[in-house]
Amino acid sequence: MSSALANTPLKGRENLVVAVVALTFAAILPLFFDPLSLVVDNFILAAAYVVMALGLNIVVGFAGLLDLGYVAFYALGAYTIGWFASDHFSSVNGGEGFHVAAGEFASNLPGIHLNFLLVVVVAVIIVGIAGMLIGLPTLRLRGDYIAIVTLAFGEIIYRFAVNGDEITFAEGYKLTNGRQAISPIDSIDLPLIAPFDSAFSLRPFYWFCLVLVAIVLFVNFRLRDSRLGRAWIAIREDEVAAASMGVPLVKTKLLAYATGAAFGGISGAFLGSYLTAVNANNFQFGFSIFILAMIILGGLGSIWGVAIGAILLSFINSYFIPEVFNGVPRKLGLDFDLTILNFGIFGFLILLVMVLRPQGILPERRRALELTEGVGAGDAIEVRRP
Amino acid sequence: MSTNTATADPGPRLSDTLREAASKYGLIAVLLALPVYLAISDLVQKGNLTDLGNNLVLGVSNGAIIALVALGYTLVYGIIELINFAHGDVFMIGSFVSFGLWGTFGITQGMGVAGMIAGLLVVMLLAMVVCGGLNVMIERVAYKPLRNAPKLAPLITAVGMSFILQNVGVLWLGSSQGSVPDIVNQAHVLFDIGGVVIHNGDVLALAVTMPLVFLLTTFINRSRLGKAMRATAQDPDAARLMGINVNTTISMTFLLGGMLAGAAGLIYLLYQTSIWYFAGFQAGLIAFTAAVMGGIGNLKGAVLGGFIIGIIQQLAEFRIGAEWTAVVVFTYLVLIMVFRPQGLIGEQTREAG
Repeated sequence: MSSALANTPLKGRENLVVAVVALTFAAILPLFFDPLSLVVDNFILAAAYVVMALGLNIVVGFAGLLDLGYVAFYALGAYTIGWFASDHFSSVNGGEGFHVAAGEFASNLPGIHLNFLLVVVVAVIIVGIAGMLIGLPTLRLRGDYIAIVTLAFGEIIYRFAVNGDEITFAEGYKLTNGRQAISPIDSIDLPLIAPFDSAFSLRPFYWFCLVLVAIVLFVNFRLRDSRLGRAWIAIREDEVAAASMGVPLVKTKLLAYATGAAFGGISGAFLGSYLTAVNANNFQFGFSIFILAMIILGGLGSIWGVAIGAILLSFINSYFIPEVFNGVPRKLGLDFDLTILNFGIFGFLILLVMVLRPQGILPERRRALELTEGVGAGDAIEVRRP
Repeated sequence: MSTNTATADPGPRLSDTLREAASKYGLIAVLLALPVYLAISDLVQKGNLTDLGNNLVLGVSNGAIIALVALGYTLVYGIIELINFAHGDVFMIGSFVSFGLWGTFGITQGMGVAGMIAGLLVVMLLAMVVCGGLNVMIERVAYKPLRNAPKLAPLITAVGMSFILQNVGVLWLGSSQGSVPDIVNQAHVLFDIGGVVIHNGDVLALAVTMPLVFLLTTFINRSRLGKAMRATAQDPDAARLMGINVNTTISMTFLLGGMLAGAAGLIYLLYQTSIWYFAGFQAGLIAFTAAVMGGIGNLKGAVLGGFIIGIIQQLAEFRIGAEWTAVVVFTYLVLIMVFRPQGLIGEQTREAG
């Protein structure tokens, strides 16, 4: 790549070229499929998962803080749109509802209805704060303790999502609808263009999500090469050394949590709107591992690798396991569908990648060095093979 | 004993001692908050403590099972500083194996007490062997190749392993929660002390777990292998220089942890009379909380933490609602992590430092 561009103005901007080519290709892709087909649906999910995986990559890949509770941010983002773009709070404003640029259709419904872009802003604020709150207790901890605390937070949020229908406030509003789901959620209605309608075409959702992917890619690259990004990587490699070189640990770590969380929240809000329902069942621990598996498969810290890992696992999850290989066990005379094993398959993939190729499909050079030559990356377990 | 030895070390400073005491007793105060609050509200409303007593009895017997699982976490953490995430699922496999075996042996209440005890002992031993072997295998496959990798790597494979074991459970008995025959009359009232009742299950849980805990501590404190384990935990490199086979020692640690999980699997089955592939994950997290509460790496701490978490779990289940139990337990986990990561009787570790 670099040699091909050696003497052109694009030298040193290989990532920009790859991004433009990849996103253009991705944008044209759905034109070859029926606008309502399952394929486009899979594309949308894949794009939404790319956003989440790149968010988690900031926390785990860049800053080296293993977060096993990422699903919490997905949940909070989704509930933000559940609360602020549906008829959940139905008797607000005397049953007339509260609307801000909500679009023609939603403007006549009861409940709170904000424009999707406003919801995204609210989601980023809520989830960013939640990310910092979850990050705070882990600041003094290192390594695997962080993983457990984040896992505990993820589980706590999940229980609140499931049992939230028992918690009522004000005029009998429930916190969540638990497994009954908050539904329907307003569709995306952007200014200047026609409202998105999933009964007519899924393409606008996809293109919108691609814009999100482009933004998250841009932010990821810019952050990685910024002062903050270098501070994250320094913390990942050696926290004590980073601190003694003047990296403010508290601020840097909290920013990693908040930024990573924000992308989870944006993607959660988008998925809530696209799926038109926010169901507590989606927010289980397994989902955190699903996203984690994406970044491990792709290569921790490697932006393109993570994007590829996310696309790959998303298709495995929503296409290959349920559609293509689901009947395989029955053909072999075994009495089960492959879908019940999907988390086992992810677990197996994680195990396989970690043992055989810990740097992932498309490794980041620096990270690969850490893994193979034991450079940085904190303390390896102090037992060495004889 | 000369009195005029001038010492350069003035001893710990008062402020440090105070802070230490505040963090230790602060945690104890947080732990006591829930039971004390419930005791007062019981006294005010009903005038006696019978309900609380019953909760405590159930909590202790439940805690004994948690302690067995927690010991597995603490043993492994003590020696290679790894949270063996798959341990809870090994415990789950233990309950599945026990269930399968007692079906094979046809153990029923018709066998009489002696026959049943003998049968269940055999089942327990076999489950212990299977789970011990399984745990050793997990270590070989998932952790050993990663000993030189960054610390997060084996933790991630541990999570992967946990999911694989859960799906083994799904394939084995399906994904819904099942119930098993109550062959020991778990809920039969054995004693009634002023309203506080003790069931068969409570006696069984303590009667099995306490000897096992005793055997384990004796083994680790007295035997040659136990000494090797303690040496490896302290400093693997030095241990190797002293001629200890570190790899074997680590395998043995996993074997012991797995055996305890296997035994716990059977007791859990008899005590809860339910079986579910997901039970291991939940119980594992709760047991891990117990291990951390006591001070991870510390055997006594794991047992103490097991009892405390058992009681908290029962109180939460009966007083707040079973669906909120996990929230209560995990809130305690976060509180401990924040305020006293070294646990009640643990020492400062590198992780928690």
